[in-house]
Amino acid sequence: MKYDVRELPLLSNEEIAQGIFDMRLEYKQTDLPVQCGQFAHVYVPGKSLRRPISVCDASGGVLRLVYQVKGEGTKIMSQMKSGTVDVLVPLGNGFSIEKGKRYCLIGGGIGVPPMLYTAKQCDNPLIITGFRSESLVILQDDLKQAGETLLCTDDGSAGQKGFVTDLLRAHIDEIDEVCACGPTPMLKAVAAVCKELGKPCQISLEERMGCGVGACLVCAVKVRKNGEEIMQHVCKNGPVFNAEEVVF
Amino acid sequence: MADLSVNVAGVQFNNPLIAASGTFGFGREYGEFYPLSTLGGISCKGITLKRRDGNPPPRIAETPSGILNAVGLQNPGVDVFINEDLPWLKQQGTVIIANIAGNTVEEYCEMAEKLSDTDVDMIELNISCPNVKSGGVQFGTSCESVAHITSEVRKHCKKPLVVKLSPNVTDIASIAKSAEAAGADAVSMINTLTGMRIDIHTRRPIIRNNTGGLSGAAVFPVAVRMVWQVANAVKIPIIGMGGISTWEDAVEMLMAGATALQIGTVLFSDPYAPVKINEGLNKFLDENNIKSVTELTGTVVPW
Ligand SMILES: Cc1cc2nc3c(=O)[nH]c(=O)nc-3n(C[C@H](O)[C@H](O)[C@H](O)COP(=O)(O)OP(=O)(O)OC[C@H]3O[C@@H](n4cnc5c(N)ncnc54)[C@H](O)[C@@H]3O)c2cc1C
Ligand SMILES: Cc1cc2nc3c(=O)[nH]c(=O)nc-3n(C[C@H](O)[C@H](O)[C@H](O)COP(=O)(O)O)c2cc1C
Ligand code: FES
Repeated sequence: MKYDVRELPLLSNEEIAQGIFDMRLEYKQTDLPVQCGQFAHVYVPGKSLRRPISVCDASGGVLRLVYQVKGEGTKIMSQMKSGTVDVLVPLGNGFSIEKGKRYCLIGGGIGVPPMLYTAKQCDNPLIITGFRSESLVILQDDLKQAGETLLCTDDGSAGQKGFVTDLLRAHIDEIDEVCACGPTPMLKAVAAVCKELGKPCQISLEERMGCGVGACLVCAVKVRKNGEEIMQHVCKNGPVFNAEEVVF
Repeated sequence: MADLSVNVAGVQFNNPLIAASGTFGFGREYGEFYPLSTLGGISCKGITLKRRDGNPPPRIAETPSGILNAVGLQNPGVDVFINEDLPWLKQQGTVIIANIAGNTVEEYCEMAEKLSDTDVDMIELNISCPNVKSGGVQFGTSCESVAHITSEVRKHCKKPLVVKLSPNVTDIASIAKSAEAAGADAVSMINTLTGMRIDIHTRRPIIRNNTGGLSGAAVFPVAVRMVWQVANAVKIPIIGMGGISTWEDAVEMLMAGATALQIGTVLFSDPYAPVKINEGLNKFLDENNIKSVTELTGTVVPW
């Protein structure tokens, strides 16, 4: 059986920046191995739908989910203090990382968390993260241990003032391939730069979900395969897609 | 161990729980959680004559105790279903129901004809999908159109025929009577109730299709009421659904008049719901010295 619902013991659930929480769950060696870029579908008591959250890290027997409080579901998650959390994990297809390539990992805002576990699978990656402002900056210490990091903010309150694409352009000759996660406008811009400069690019997409496993078909995304536009699904075919194939 | 098996229109189900159309795809994904023979049957994703890509996303929104969806019948088409999914499904040890939808009566007939020559166990006529522009629910909202499409499809359908009713009508009992008179072997109900949610910050509906179909626990009391009304109006069996989430809900729906049950939305929060509901049903029957689940059907004692 490929899927299972797990009741994972909650180790901690702390606020690491304004409205952003770091949930750590016990994850045993015997649990299914997690690929970078995969996600967890988290059960929220009292809600009809689970919440999809990317795996931020899955090493050392701990599953980390770093999430921002947006609406009611993530608010309830942020109030969990002990006991177990019901998660469906690991789900989806993550980033594919090959040996011998230098990757540029780009994270924007709450798209940064999955880049930590991804960085741990790469050989000396270049990690570019961008945030709106200093109060939202997360995970810099963890990322520094996993590769070379570059930081920017829209208002210049931390790191360089500007966008992740400015840093990508400046360092494009140092890398072979790009993996990115973040808001759609950022992903579009990163995909455009990669196309222009001839670098392969994988992007992680978001869509509202039901089942999380590919059965209900609600999380549709349009992709182009062999010249034909078809509907695929973020939970099963993704969340990571080849940027060239996505029809934004 | 009580006997959980039920018989609907000559088709034997190992237990009364059937996966609801559209929430379970063609079974492969949930088959990675447990053997599909855990379920009495599977009502497959609604299929159309030709492939459909469905509506643009977002296709789902959360509501208090429920969800709205507007998938728009995304499916690979009847031929792909017959050639690629059905042979696999038939090996899973559970009843397979094909759920069909069309733009015209002729399309429904053509699909019924094709499926009659396959190993499908039953055909469910979806004349109640609220999320497509033409076809779907337009066939299901007046007695005349329900009678017409049911009798036309009946001529081409050699399998037991289940007509799936829409709750978006004023008098569901008379609609069910029309389906029965036109040759339906059973009715299944309810499909989703049309609803809408708006993001107050963007003033945009959350669902790209603007409106969607409401399902989940929120619709359960409406479904129970409608099943009860239809049970009092027709002799053919009823497959009851709409918000069933616990074994207690299952018992309630059977007492209202259902012979078998479908469950959908609850799977999204708990994929193991069918396993738990079956266990609960079994225990309830044993504790009350009831030998067969069929003894519950229609046993409500109304005031
Ligand atoms: C594959 C994937 C990975 C994600 N990883 C992360 C992550 O690592 N950290 C993080 O903070 N957020 C992540 N998100 C976004 C996160 O799922 C939403 O912010 C969250 O579901 C909002 O729930 P809520 O109850 O707070 O909001 P509400 O508005 O109350 O949610 C209502 C419904 O809409 C859905 N929804 C709302 N916004 C989104 C969204 N942006 N994407 C998908 N569904 C949404 C909810 O899941 C819920 O079903 C990810 C989304 C996807 C699809
Ligand atoms: C995502 C989704 C897709 C659906 N697709 C179909 C469909 O293709 N055909 C159909 O007859 N009903 C479809 N339905 C309706 C369900 O089969 C069922 O009638 C309804 O959801 C009520 O049951 P529930 O509350 O247990 O989910 C769909 C429901 C959902 C939630
Ligand atoms: S969430 Fe059900 S198919 Fe993706």
